Amino acid sequence: MHPAFSVLIFTVTAGAGYGLLGWLSANELLVMFAMTAAQKITVGIIAMVLISIGLSASTWHLTNPKNAWRAFSRFRTSWLSREMVFALALYPIAGLYAASLAWEWGGLTLWASLSLILSLVIVFVTSMIYASLKTIRQWHTPLVPTLYLLFAALSGGLAFALLLAWQGHETSSLQDFLLLLGLITASVKIGYFIWFRLPSSSTIQTATGFSQHKVGLLDAGHSAPSFLNKEFMFQVEQSKLVRMRWLMFMAAFIAPGLLLTGDGVFGLLAAWLIMMAGLLVERWLFFAEARHVVRLLHGHQQV
Amino acid sequence: MKLGLAIDLDTCVGCHACATACKQWNTSGTIGPLTDENPYGKDPDGAWLNRIRTYEVDASPHSKTVNMPLSCMHCEDAACVTVCPTGASYKRTEDGIVLIDQDRCMGCNLCAWACPYGAREIDPGSGTMKKCTLCVDRIYDQNLPEDERQPACVITCPTKSRVFGDYDDPESDVSKLNRERGGKQLMPELGYNPVNTYLPPRNPAQRPQGGRMLGKVKQIVNRIIKR
Repeated sequence: MHPAFSVLIFTVTAGAGYGLLGWLSANELLVMFAMTAAQKITVGIIAMVLISIGLSASTWHLTNPKNAWRAFSRFRTSWLSREMVFALALYPIAGLYAASLAWEWGGLTLWASLSLILSLVIVFVTSMIYASLKTIRQWHTPLVPTLYLLFAALSGGLAFALLLAWQGHETSSLQDFLLLLGLITASVKIGYFIWFRLPSSSTIQTATGFSQHKVGLLDAGHSAPSFLNKEFMFQVEQSKLVRMRWLMFMAAFIAPGLLLTGDGVFGLLAAWLIMMAGLLVERWLFFAEARHVVRLLHGHQQV
Repeated sequence: MKLGLAIDLDTCVGCHACATACKQWNTSGTIGPLTDENPYGKDPDGAWLNRIRTYEVDASPHSKTVNMPLSCMHCEDAACVTVCPTGASYKRTEDGIVLIDQDRCMGCNLCAWACPYGAREIDPGSGTMKKCTLCVDRIYDQNLPEDERQPACVITCPTKSRVFGDYDDPESDVSKLNRERGGKQLMPELGYNPVNTYLPPRNPAQRPQGGRMLGKVKQIVNRIIKR
């Protein structure tokens, strides 16, 4: 699949934003760190800024954005519609959470619980947009929502640790937990890469109906790349994919993990920025390695 | 009704007339225009609702060239409709035709991702998704003579390889052909239950033979061509 840069920015940035808001809300409920109201509001605003940057980036890939407002209408069937509805619903709830903090309205537990649940639900729903597509086997797996949730918790958690350290809190216990979470996420990602190698049930034989014979493409029927080629036939060399996988593991896990063993705001800032870059590579790979069944019609033997 | 096409892979010669007729009719039809970018330049690009690919089936010396036109299959379980967030994509209950409301589409591409047949393409001009309408603006047109109330691709096909009809009617042309020739669905394993069927190439002995006179003429013509 063609990796649209706007979608990479959207899923990574908004994912970190939802993760950060989730951590902030979880802290409201469990009181792991004694934050002042002003500190909580600052963290919340930063989370909402990350989310808003991501959501606005997601509209860049629409080719007819003037109809985007209609996307709230198919909540019952479309995961994309659900994502829009939940993403919009979070704003008033986050606003009420901030207002309760600022003017001591009470009901903090309610708003924090709702923010936490909605943040998790939105990340899950976003991942289901991909995981629900039977046409792309590499996405059609429960591992995809699992990884989206883990990456959001990881990048949001690191942002939370960074902001806490900046606000003068002692964060070594959170850093240790993030190291463990990073280890779990990396293991699931490795598991995903192993699962990934299994062949798909769709082949060029099922795509053309000649189930008993060898089939090869003689002519694609057009002289210049079409929409289908640009969208579905994205092709990079295998060696580049392998290099990108190493880069992803280095930037998303190993480098931030090493930086997390130390302390200090700058170490955490560096760790978060490197991890976000690593997650962009991860999302690029998520698209670049996904093979749509239309490839079979264009002569690929399997997907 | 369950309207759809039966496509004869035995007789299709891969002339692309169906694709051209489709583009010609639909560019001024209900979902038109079908915009092209750089149409006379080096890399022309644009929305087509029907594309023809050519495959080599089986290995030499038994290999056969098969031309395969692909357009929307009007699936019974259309995933493109399910994923559509705006409700632009819909499947008509009365005849099963899958259509896109151009005034509602926001161009998110998700339906094209959900479609296994590459039947949906973004129009570079309008930014909306375009697809086969089964010429819904022809087949019900009372102003046309009855035998012309068929999709443009079916009317234009010089080898009559495309047949249009109602799969719900067991005596329709498409149902009969599908039964007699063992029509196949493409990628049935995905479970979308495509309506269009593809009639596999026949063994030459199974092909209907013309009368004796016609057979003789064919023999002579074949002999001349061989020389």
